[in-house]
Amino acid sequence: MSADSASEHGAAAPTPAASNGPPLLQATDVTKAFGGLVAVSRVDFQIPERSIVSIIGPNGAGKTTFFNMLTGLYKPTSGRITLAGKDITGRRPDKIIADGMARTFQNIRLFGTMTALENVMIGQHGRMKAGLFGSIFRAPWVRKEERKVRERGREELAYVGLKPDAFDQVAINLSYGDQRRVEIARALASDPKLLLLDEPTAGMNPQESAGLTGFMRKLRDERGLTILLIEHDMQVVMDVSEDITVLDHGEKIAEGGPQEVRNDQRVIEAYLGKQEEKG
Amino acid sequence: MSEASNTRSRSALPVAFLKAHPNVAIAVVVGIAAVLFPYFFEPAAKPVQVMTEALAYVMMALGLNLIVGFAGLLDLGYVAFFALGAFSMGWFGSGFFSGAAGGEGLHVFVTGVAANLPGIHFNFLLIVVVAVIITTVAGMLIGIPTLRLRGDYIAIVTLAFGEIVGRIAINGDGIGLPGEATLTAGRKGITPVDKITLPFLETFEALDLRPWYYLALVLCLIVLVVNFMLRDSRLGRAWIALREDEVAAVSMGVPLVKTKLLAYGTGAAFGGVAGAFLASFQSTVNADQFLFQLSILILSMVILGGLGSIWGTVLGATTLAVINFYLIPKVFNEVPSKVGLNFDLTEINFGIFGFLMVIMMVLRPEGLIPERRRKAELTEGIGAGATTGVGGEEVREARA
Repeated sequence: MSADSASEHGAAAPTPAASNGPPLLQATDVTKAFGGLVAVSRVDFQIPERSIVSIIGPNGAGKTTFFNMLTGLYKPTSGRITLAGKDITGRRPDKIIADGMARTFQNIRLFGTMTALENVMIGQHGRMKAGLFGSIFRAPWVRKEERKVRERGREELAYVGLKPDAFDQVAINLSYGDQRRVEIARALASDPKLLLLDEPTAGMNPQESAGLTGFMRKLRDERGLTILLIEHDMQVVMDVSEDITVLDHGEKIAEGGPQEVRNDQRVIEAYLGKQEEKG
Repeated sequence: MSEASNTRSRSALPVAFLKAHPNVAIAVVVGIAAVLFPYFFEPAAKPVQVMTEALAYVMMALGLNLIVGFAGLLDLGYVAFFALGAFSMGWFGSGFFSGAAGGEGLHVFVTGVAANLPGIHFNFLLIVVVAVIITTVAGMLIGIPTLRLRGDYIAIVTLAFGEIVGRIAINGDGIGLPGEATLTAGRKGITPVDKITLPFLETFEALDLRPWYYLALVLCLIVLVVNFMLRDSRLGRAWIALREDEVAAVSMGVPLVKTKLLAYGTGAAFGGVAGAFLASFQSTVNADQFLFQLSILILSMVILGGLGSIWGTVLGATTLAVINFYLIPKVFNEVPSKVGLNFDLTEINFGIFGFLMVIMMVLRPEGLIPERRRKAELTEGIGAGATTGVGGEEVREARA
């Protein structure tokens, strides 16, 4: 198995972006087991800087588990993860976001009773300095910091396309699309190098999905972000990804550009089942 | 609309301003009433005593509100911090350690009678500092085992902690310290306790309650300001984020351990200050008073006022303290016997609170003065983490 995937990996290597510089994120031989259940098994994975990369796979393939390991919510059972050359294996999530990797969630996880702006301000928590006494005594630098963070929050919300009158609305009252926007703004507020989007187009109509695809490119081009997404909408995946990794039953079964992956026999089998031999 | 803003800009009269801001008007009226209150009564009148105690309970309720209301950590053992604060006063402000400094007593910035007595006698400000340190450390210690727990489980651990401290208080007369001293005085209680001594002021007296009342008011005000500052700060936001969705909060850069421990520590410190004050005010550290019921009483104050709401907590604490320490034992206690029933009202005071709670949950579940967020949760019918869609898989191993 591993020899198999390694050969496919070799075939997929010469993607355009991979040639410039070391990868921003590199996962080596990463495994996650919950007791006897191996959710992710010996996955090698890397993302070149300033690229847009997708992880796809059938339900239960281990995509979100992989995400959770990258962002520190799960500790890998074995393997090694580095971000910009720094080993982040098993680091705490709040440290990893400070290292420059921010995420959104498959089912939107905003802080429901906080306003859109407050949500985005939380994204900057790790970049702020005010502690217990700073918060109580409100020294001028604390107030200045608070102002700056608020201002930055507004900028991010405007950047993702939220209307100004929604900034101070409680998150649960926002529309579904706006909640998605706020979640991305919250991640952006942490100044990430790498943005992880877990099924960002879930529940969106084709126009909205196309809008998001354009927005991802804009993020890459304007802000130099690297984007990794889990996605089920094949149109979006094929449209936006430079490189696609396919997981099935926790194992990497294919990797390469959209065209390659689309024609890969094992990918087709994973999605559609094995074709019976003609009798 | 334009008319309203016109009147505001044209007349700088306070009246117009207050009309536009009814909340400020209420706060001003309540503030003035609170300041003038003792002068409606004799210096040692019962109402002054009750309100002084009520203010101490407001402090405790505000501390608990920080833990339960802001950070969402249900603490059923808050009485432990009251106890530790009271013992700080008992240890460092009474003749309890009579062997201290070879029987001569240890005196730090105290005047009046206490300056010549054996035992340890610190200035009240120092004792407050000691109480804050002891309770903050205790609060953080109790925080550590609950870090990985949620909801009901936190409640059980904190409940146990409250009981442990209560038991130690009762049985501490068997715990020996160097020099024939013991840890606590057990059921005998530590009494008398020093009257409060503050710099530049004369030592407080038992027969004039006004200084006590004003000190309690000032302490309350400080606690209140600290609460408001924390609520609208980086830390306050992080507490609410943790309360709403722990996984999302840590993923967005909120350090779980530090943030939770700060909530426990800060909330506990307020309980410690109130405990030290009450010990001196009542001139006793009575081990029998640190009961589970008291934790529940303080929690009821917070819930009645409105979980997470600062003004609500103040109102809830004042109301329940007056009911519990004045109306039930002093005013209506005889009522059952007058109508031919063979019990005192004090015997069923928790029944009365329970009844009040039920009434409140039916009529106004968000509390007397609800917090904006809680109100949203209850009226929109959507709880914490409300944006989580259907089929949200739980992150089983959320860590930090």
